[in-house]
Amino acid sequence: MDRRKSIKALLVGGVSTGVLVEACNTAEEKKPEQKADAGAAEKDLNPSGYNRMKEELAQERVVRAEATFFTPEEMATITILGDIIIPKDDISGSASDAKVPEFIEYIVKDMPEHQTPMRGGLRWLDMQCLNRYDKAFKDCSKDQQMQMVDDIAWPERAKDKPWLTQGVAFFNLMRNLTATGFYTTQIGYKDIGYVGNVPNQWNGVPQDVLKQYGLAYTEKELKECVSFDKA
Amino acid sequence: MGDLHIKKQPKKYDAVIVGSGAGGGMAAYVLANAGLKVCLIEAGPMFDPKTDSNQLRSAWESPRRGASTKFRPFGDFDGCYWGWEVDGEPYTQTGNPGTTSWEWWRARMLGGRTNHWGRISLRFGPKDFKRKSIDGLGDDWPIGYEDVKPYYDKVDKLIGVFGTNEGLENDPDGFFLPPPRPRLHELMIKKAAGSVGVPVIPSRLSILTKQINNERGQCFFCSQCGRSCKVYGDFSSSSVLVIPALKTGNVDLVTNAMAREVLTDKEGLATGVSYINKEDMQEYQVSGRTVILAASACESARLLLNSKSPRHPNGLANSSDVVGRYLHDSTGADMGGILPHLIDRKRYNEDGVGGMHVYAPWWLDNKKLDFPRGYHIEFGGGMGMPLYGFQWGIEQLNGNSQVMGVKKEAGGYGAALKKDYRSLYGASVHMAGRGEAVARRENYCEIDPKVVDRYGIPVLRFNVSHSEYEIKQARHMKETFAQILHAMGAVVTHGHKDGDHNNWGLHAPGNIIHEAGSVRMGNDPRTAPLNKWNQAHEVKNLFCMDGGPFVSQADKNITWTILALSMRASEHLIDEMKKNNI
Repeated sequence: MDRRKSIKALLVGGVSTGVLVEACNTAEEKKPEQKADAGAAEKDLNPSGYNRMKEELAQERVVRAEATFFTPEEMATITILGDIIIPKDDISGSASDAKVPEFIEYIVKDMPEHQTPMRGGLRWLDMQCLNRYDKAFKDCSKDQQMQMVDDIAWPERAKDKPWLTQGVAFFNLMRNLTATGFYTTQIGYKDIGYVGNVPNQWNGVPQDVLKQYGLAYTEKELKECVSFDKA
Repeated sequence: MGDLHIKKQPKKYDAVIVGSGAGGGMAAYVLANAGLKVCLIEAGPMFDPKTDSNQLRSAWESPRRGASTKFRPFGDFDGCYWGWEVDGEPYTQTGNPGTTSWEWWRARMLGGRTNHWGRISLRFGPKDFKRKSIDGLGDDWPIGYEDVKPYYDKVDKLIGVFGTNEGLENDPDGFFLPPPRPRLHELMIKKAAGSVGVPVIPSRLSILTKQINNERGQCFFCSQCGRSCKVYGDFSSSSVLVIPALKTGNVDLVTNAMAREVLTDKEGLATGVSYINKEDMQEYQVSGRTVILAASACESARLLLNSKSPRHPNGLANSSDVVGRYLHDSTGADMGGILPHLIDRKRYNEDGVGGMHVYAPWWLDNKKLDFPRGYHIEFGGGMGMPLYGFQWGIEQLNGNSQVMGVKKEAGGYGAALKKDYRSLYGASVHMAGRGEAVARRENYCEIDPKVVDRYGIPVLRFNVSHSEYEIKQARHMKETFAQILHAMGAVVTHGHKDGDHNNWGLHAPGNIIHEAGSVRMGNDPRTAPLNKWNQAHEVKNLFCMDGGPFVSQADKNITWTILALSMRASEHLIDEMKKNNI
């Protein structure tokens, strides 16, 4: 467990003492190793090993060295909202299953323009809940949370309610970050049915699909275009 | 800085080339294969697509899921280092009334921007070299299609390009590999465009749908040419020209070397290039019998303008005062929407090649229109790889009953929202016009008298504006896109709110990344720095072989013509050296 994860484990709560101790231990153990071996540090910065120029790695180091942006309370709210937006269904898991909250934590540091809208939006939400229910959003009952969300999740409904428009804007951002974070994971690719990104031979649109749309390749196209024998 | 001194390379090369993109790569390839000794200077690091490409990476392998950064404006997996901004290398704008900002893309790596470009490989047609004779604007080239055709032919065969011979007058036939079959939305576009009189033909892209030699592999249809290709299945200057040139043993490549100026002697001839090594920050000089600038249209102009001497007080090869002028880019405007009949479409791998399989070459006669030059249309859409930004803005789509086929509420959450995401995947189409701007003297880059980059090199300052010609062309693009989209039953979702108030959504100049014209060729030394061989009128051993020499750039992406002209100029240079004229 790396240092940031162990801190998160400490903050999110509900983790058993055993896990906490283990988290701290591994963090302690890892420290000198990271200092001693610059190569390992680079591997931590770029675990998938994709092509980076040195300026990109330097920037990554800066971002990773920053303190966790969201407070534990904010992260808890982001997690609840994310799973309301993308819950588990019969096709795929939830936003938190796909580690969307962790993605949002990273992306606001990578794209600082999201920081104020997210921080301020979360506070806006908590203030609404505090006025309505005397509690922050994350501490509200499920029913209360859903009432609140219903007020800001439907832009058309909120159009003539000027006291809600900032909430709508925040929820739009939250929805967009959640969806983009979710569909760019393995869970998300499978859900959406993206089956590309593998070496293959393009033989054109499958016959049944052409038929479905009443289309066909012309003689000219069939003659001039590259085709491959299905081996 | 105590030990700062200039290190002079003792070796004298036949040619010193600045820049390793399409122009510099081709020059190095031709000269090295002719046995000449070449020093190739590149401002960025080494890059070999075989080992360095991010091909076949999935979104989650990037912590930002492939989102763009200043280092990679086209996304985290893109094959181009740097872009609109480069740390420590600013550029400025004059801000004169009526001007707009020039957006200047700089690649810093072996192969330059060819590692990520769209591989759209179009020959200029006979009319494209003689625009002034047709519409009275700008200038004719000092050469015609017949001069360049043999080189286009050779480039086609050497590098490989797919397409079809259509017998079109101004979109000449070539030596084409077979194109890929159109994708589903492309068949729909072809049908709709045809119905409103816009002919759509197979794309012409430098991607190997068939293997052409043992050094390069065949395309395996991942659609990720923009990341550069590990099997060299598409054209990048790095993989196809520079790396083979290095194998001749005749090229010394110096990476991370930022050229400062062209050195000259008392006779005014070029003697070499000075550069700063970005790694040790030391100053170097390398000498050559000839100097070839191929640093990009604007960087080459900058080098000439920064190479001032008593003999060349206005910059090198610039007594015409034309270096930096006639700078122009392709025009661009876009529109797109959703095809309701593609909602909930069947899933299959439709990656195909990188980019569109069909396009629309310019099809009208400008004499009957209120703007002088044409444009072609590029198409997008389909079930692409989800990356950062995927599914962004669904609240603007899923409440539109025309899109969804049923009345629903916009926005939302939960299982119903997940269903909407699935429904909309792969249902969008996109059109982009890429047109010819008229090259004008008053659009220029010059040296900023006050600003230097981190290496102490004076930077460029831009002074550019669009004319009515480009704006009217953009309006025509928009009208055409709307017609095609309407004919295919699309619900237009973006690009339709542009109008006179914003120049019809015309992109800022430079934004299309086809910079050209700033070191143009011409027969008259008073109006052009270069002759018809890409050779400086005033400095016979100095050449420019990038987009700089272009008198005009047609509505054709300029890479194929850069390659053809660079090959032609390099062969001329070899001849002249043999005759001892240089």
